[in-house]
Amino acid sequence: MAAVVDMAETLAVPQEGRRRAFRAFLSNPAGVISLAFLLCAVALALAAPHLYPEDPLSMVARPFLWPGQNASYPLGTDSLGRDVAAGVVWGTRISLLVGFCAMALGISLGLLVGAVAGYFGGRVDDALVKFIEIFQTPPSFVLLVVLVAIAQPAISTVIVAIALVTWPTAARLVRAEFRSLREKDFVMAARGLGYGHARIIVREILPNALPPLIVSASVLVATAILMEAALSFLGLSDPNVVSWGSMIGAGRELLRTAWYLCAVPGVAIVLTVLALNLLGDALNDSLNPRVSAKR
Amino acid sequence: MTVPLLEVHDLTIAFPAAWPVRNLSFSVAGGETVAIVGESGSGKSLTALALMRLLPGAARISSGRIDFVGQDLVTFSEPAMRKVRGARLAMIFQEPMTSLNPVLTIGAQIVDVLRLHENLSRRAARARAIELLDLVRVADPHRRIDDYPHRLSGGMRQRVMIAIAVACGPRLLIADEPTTALDVTIQAQVLDLLDGLRRDLGMGLLLITHDLSVVGQWADRVIVMYAGCKVEEGVPDVILHRPRHPYTEGLLAASPRTAEGSSYRDGLLREIRGSIASALGEQGCPFRPRCPKAAPACTLAPPPAVVVQPGHLAACPVLNPRQARDAVA
Repeated sequence: MAAVVDMAETLAVPQEGRRRAFRAFLSNPAGVISLAFLLCAVALALAAPHLYPEDPLSMVARPFLWPGQNASYPLGTDSLGRDVAAGVVWGTRISLLVGFCAMALGISLGLLVGAVAGYFGGRVDDALVKFIEIFQTPPSFVLLVVLVAIAQPAISTVIVAIALVTWPTAARLVRAEFRSLREKDFVMAARGLGYGHARIIVREILPNALPPLIVSASVLVATAILMEAALSFLGLSDPNVVSWGSMIGAGRELLRTAWYLCAVPGVAIVLTVLALNLLGDALNDSLNPRVSAKR
Repeated sequence: MTVPLLEVHDLTIAFPAAWPVRNLSFSVAGGETVAIVGESGSGKSLTALALMRLLPGAARISSGRIDFVGQDLVTFSEPAMRKVRGARLAMIFQEPMTSLNPVLTIGAQIVDVLRLHENLSRRAARARAIELLDLVRVADPHRRIDDYPHRLSGGMRQRVMIAIAVACGPRLLIADEPTTALDVTIQAQVLDLLDGLRRDLGMGLLLITHDLSVVGQWADRVIVMYAGCKVEEGVPDVILHRPRHPYTEGLLAASPRTAEGSSYRDGLLREIRGSIASALGEQGCPFRPRCPKAAPACTLAPPPAVVVQPGHLAACPVLNPRQARDAVA
């Protein structure tokens, strides 16, 4: 369908608005630093097989080496003699992978349901809102634990489970945007030109609804990373991969004697999630013309 | 007389508990400009939306026919209507500031409609878009085509809206208050442009306005609407200078005019007492509660439009007492 062909082109925020938003973003130091930090994290994750070619779960040295004690193991070793630095680097890979994939899946699902509900309204909207509420009624983490417990504990199922828990947020946001945008004069004008519903949704309304969605995407990545860490901490995630959460979980019992085993991956989580949230704030400020006009 | 391009018969638009347009009939011929005038709430914009089959949710066409190029649009399905809209039947909306999509370049918006209805290649559509911008007298169309709407003034945006509307060579163009949101100096330019396009493209133009000064200069025929009914119809010269219906008389007396002896400096403008809402549920003539000439006959039945002289219709029982008696009998 023509509407789908046009989609790629549509998804690009207009050039000029992009330039203005980019300038506004550059003037925000917190956002720039956060973005730089996240890019480093991505680089680290991509480089993990080169930096630590060995399995991070293999025992490589004497256990309980403290950070700085041995230059070969800058972040020390854990109770089984596994390299903490290798664990953190490989954990970055898992955390970012889960974060981005769960966000992409959740946003896609939310976009689909929210756009249809918000655009058509009426009974379609009522039915879809009820459907969204089914996912919002149980406490989200309990739902997540149940979903993972039912399925196999693998990274892919963790991603799907997190997406299923977080998509209602995206769906509600998209629905609200579409509800207000469908009343705009340009949507009426588009109908007056003979455009069909699919085309109006994808080409006319969606690009206008993107800025708040981009902002919420960064927060959703942070939420997904936290959820994955919590699952791993409880030992519900894939036992064959190292993640920040599983490292904290393993170090928990040694908190009084070797606190760095929890602190090192903990700091990684805190910094990443903080950076994602600050990036979200900065994007919000730069993509929202009303806010950036005040600066 | 040529076969009319658009012929509306007894069109009635119904909301669940109201009939904002009742038994409206009129026609537009190819190459003709017909103006519908009336105050807010007279049903003129709803009529335009009904012609496009774009009535808001609760409203529907409860009876009547809309014959457009020999086919009754009322019977068209939504997919069939989509092929008509923007292609053979186009509409310009009131608000040029908000009727263009803010995130698409004006070129993309013109290209979109060309590619939808005319199956042009991207390159051909872009070339045609530049021609169209030139046609609506946008200066420097090669550069302007890649501008976003917020870079354009209100008048420029309305020109772009017109370019989009006429892109596929419509037979009939409906312009709903095309100049209301514009500066007075721009208004005449935009109306001149519409008039020129009507002549060059041979299309019919249905001009919906509340501005009587627009009517005199640009319309071939005028339809005065009040509370969803056509109260008077005729050529502008007759309607503006020798109206027969008390509502049209009142409307003219309430408008500042530059003709001698009628300037606002000579005296106070007269108002029409009451408001249009008083016509809700009125039995006979909808204007009766506000009419200075109201007579007992006016309460009986909705007055039919009567030919008071060739080409001049008025719907007032007082004008023709015999007609009113016949209607009662």
